[in-house]
This record gives sequence, C-alpha cells and structure tokens, in this order.
Amino acid sequence: MKDKPQGLLISPIKDGTVIDHIRAGAALTVLRVLGITGQTDEELSIATNVTSMTGGQEGRKDIVKVSKRELLKEEVDRIALISPHATINIIRDYIVVEKKGVEIPKHLSGIVRCTNAGCITNANEPIKSSFEVTEAGLHCLYCDTVITTDIESHII
Amino acid sequence: MKHIISIKDFGREEIDSLLARAGAIDAAPQIRQTLAGKQVALLFFEPSTRTRMSFASAVSRLGGTTITVDSVEGSSISKGETLADTVRVVSSYVDAIVLRHPKEGAARLASEFASVPVINAGDGAGQHPSQTLLDLYTIRQSMPLEGIHIGLLGDLRYGRTAHSLAYALSNYDVTLHTIAPPTLELPESLVAELHRRGCTVQEHEDITSLIPELDVIYATRIQRERFPDAASYYNVGESYRITPEILEGHKDGMIVLHPLPRAGEIDPRVDAMPCARYFEQARNGVPVRMAMLEEVF
Ligand SMILES: Nc1ncnc2c1ncn2[C@@H]1O[C@H](COP(=O)(O)OP(=O)(O)OP(=O)(O)O)[C@@H](O)[C@H]1O
Ligand SMILES: [Mg+2]
Ligand SMILES: [Zn+2]
Repeated sequence: MKDKPQGLLISPIKDGTVIDHIRAGAALTVLRVLGITGQTDEELSIATNVTSMTGGQEGRKDIVKVSKRELLKEEVDRIALISPHATINIIRDYIVVEKKGVEIPKHLSGIVRCTNAGCITNANEPIKSSFEVTEAGLHCLYCDTVITTDIESHII
Repeated sequence: MKHIISIKDFGREEIDSLLARAGAIDAAPQIRQTLAGKQVALLFFEPSTRTRMSFASAVSRLGGTTITVDSVEGSSISKGETLADTVRVVSSYVDAIVLRHPKEGAARLASEFASVPVINAGDGAGQHPSQTLLDLYTIRQSMPLEGIHIGLLGDLRYGRTAHSLAYALSNYDVTLHTIAPPTLELPESLVAELHRRGCTVQEHEDITSLIPELDVIYATRIQRERFPDAASYYNVGESYRITPEILEGHKDGMIVLHPLPRAGEIDPRVDAMPCARYFEQARNGVPVRMAMLEEVF
C-alpha cells in the first residue's frame, strides 16, 4: 500500500471515482443525479467551495469522491449537464488510472424532464423524454419546448 | 409508412407538392376513389367539431369510411389506458388514424406505437399541420408564397396557428409583420428561430400605417382569459378589430384570413368585401385534408 498522498483535503480512496472540477456549489446536485442519499451505503466525501487553480486562474470548485463505484454513461451525461468542466477520475489502488472530461451528448433520452406540463412525456405513457441538444438549449422532440435555463433542476 | 405530425417535418418541396395535390383535387371535385375500401379512425380526445367534420368529409370524398371516437367518457381512456395502448389496438382495426389530443407531442407518440399512418389533427397547444397547410393553400390560391408581406395580428403568444404558419412561411422568402397586444407578442424563441431560417420579422404597434404594405392579413383569436379584466380585454379587442375603415388603402389583391371561429376580431361588414377569404379558407380544409390522406396512403 502506498503512503497517503500529501495535500489532499479529504482522505484517499482505494477504488472508486473522483468527480473533480465540479462547478462550485453543484456537488449536491451531482449527488442527487447519482442517486446518492443518506440512505445509500457508498463511502463518500464531498468538498465544496474549495480553492482551485484552473488555467492559471484561481477559482472555486466542488469535488465528489465515491468509493467502489464507477459511473455509467448516463450518469456522466447528467454530470455534463450540471457542470460541463467536470472531470471524472477513476481510482484503482489509490492511483488515478483514467481521467476524462464530460461531454453533453447531442441527444438526451430519459435524462431531463420536459418543463411543459402539457407535454405527453409528462403523462403516464411508456416513453422516455427525448431532447435534442441545440445552441438555444434542450429541444423537446415531442412538444418542441426549448429549455434554456436552470437545466440542472430538471434532470431526472 | 408515412405519418403527418408537424409542419416542421415538411420541407419546401413537400409543402409545394402537397398544395399542388390539393389544387388538383379541388379542380376535379368528382369523387376520387383513392381510399376505396379503407377505414380511417377519427380519434378525438378533445372536442373539435369542425376539424372532425372536415376530415370525415375528406375521407368520404375519397371513397373511404370513418369510425369516430369522440367521447372520452365511457371509453377505455377514462379507465386509465395509455394513449400508446389505445393507438396499438386501434391500429389493428383501421387503415389510418386521425388523432386529436390535448397533450402536446401526443401525435408523435402515437406514430411510434401505431402500425398504420397517423395524421395529427391537433395536439394541445402544439402542432396542427392541416390548419397550417390550408392556410398556405388559401394564400396560394391568390398569390405565390414567395416574397409576400404577411401581417400576423392578435394573440401571437399563445396562438399556435400563427406560430406554425410563420414557421412554414419561413421556407419562402417572406416578410412577417407582427402586431400583438403587449405580453401577447410572438415568443422570442420563435422569432430567433425564424431569423435563423432567414425570415425577416418586423414588430409593429399599430396596423393602420402597415395596411398598404400587406399582401395578407392573418388575424387570430384574442381570448378573454388572457386579460386580467373585461375592460382591458375590451380595449384590446377594439384596437385589434379589422374593419372596412382600417382596411382603407390596402393593396390590390390583399386578402384577410382567420382560422375561425372568430370572436370580435373581424367586423362582419368585412365579410362582403372581396378581400375576405376566411370562409373560403375554412372550405379549403376539405381538399387539403384529402391531399394529406392521399399522401399517407
Ligand atoms: N486515491 C485518491 N483518493 C481520493 N482522491 C484522489 C485520489 N487520487 C487522486 N485523487 C483526487 O482526484 C483528482 C485528480 O487527481 P490528479 O492526481 O489527476 O490531480 P490533478 O493533476 O490536479 O488533476 P487535474 O488536472 O484534473 O486537476 C484530484 O482532485 C485528486 O485530489
Ligand atoms: Mg487538480
Ligand atoms: Zn416536451
């Protein structure tokens, strides 16, 4: 076993995932979309509003560290919507073995709830919501609503 | 299998060819037999007598028959069946489904579960492609669509017929003039989309000075429930009413359209003027819907 690395804010994990460079204040939303609550049994550390250096600029960020869990693509897609600059670090035996950015996919299926109460995707029908990601925002392929603001609070 | 769900699914060539087909049907009004032996379900989850009658007329003029479901009460729907299931089952009885539904996107959903063509006859505040196509058809009876100046008047915020018509016209090089009461303007997102599609959109406060420029006036219904009180509704109604006096100085060949039913938006004295085309427009629903039916069969 390696020595505990220096300078970490929170204790190291052996195997799991570190979601780094989360927009400051958004860690709790990340937990929500990962389905992590006080009732679930992951070993978890969260840091919010910590100082970080990105591109030579000092700023603030959140970090979420989850043991014994690697993320599914849909989970990474949800994180991308919350925080497009987040990085996903896969930790194995205390070491970062893989680091990747997140990317909002061109199409979101079952990831965001349509804001239009009259949309058929909000009725009790056997379909998933379906959005095309455009410059203007998220475009519902059923009702044509375009979600432009506060997208993260509509993530399912 | 072809469905007709949204005017946005139509390119310019498809619009042109459908309107040309409607024109051919109109020119030879004898019974056509394109739907002989075919049954069409008119599945109306929301009352709309005119649309339903005009689709029924279109089917029968093509030699087909209709089965109508227009009462939600007592049907499986009130027992909580999903639209998806209803459509799957109805598909096995008929050769096509014409659907009217209060939820936006219902027709898209139906097309995903139906095993026969689906035609959208209006889904809530969403799409109503047959209305848009008959609006275009009526304009084209009087003038080419290319290059016209059209004034959209009334409730442009909630008026879906105006939205869809504006979108469809952005396939042509038109100038859209909008005249709407405060808070009932065309949604900004739609204006942005129209701009992206190369359309010129000009907002105006008052129609009077605009009249000599317009080729088409498209008036839409202004609903009482959009206003806080009767007085402000009355005031808006007064200043947005089309009258023979307002129309003075209009271009030769200018036409006035309205999706009907009208409330007070058009003075009945306009009815006798040659520019009044709204009853013709309603009549055009039949050949246009016949063309749509032929398109999916
Ligand atoms: N074993 C571990 N347990 C917990 N956190 C760890 C572990 N190893 C690395 N991390 C955290 O994972 C993130 C990525 O680690 P890395 O060593 O790649 O840092 P970095 O070089 O600063 O990366 P970046 O350029 O992405 O900021 C950091 O926040 C780091 O503190
Ligand atoms: Mg770092
Ligand atoms: Zn929607």
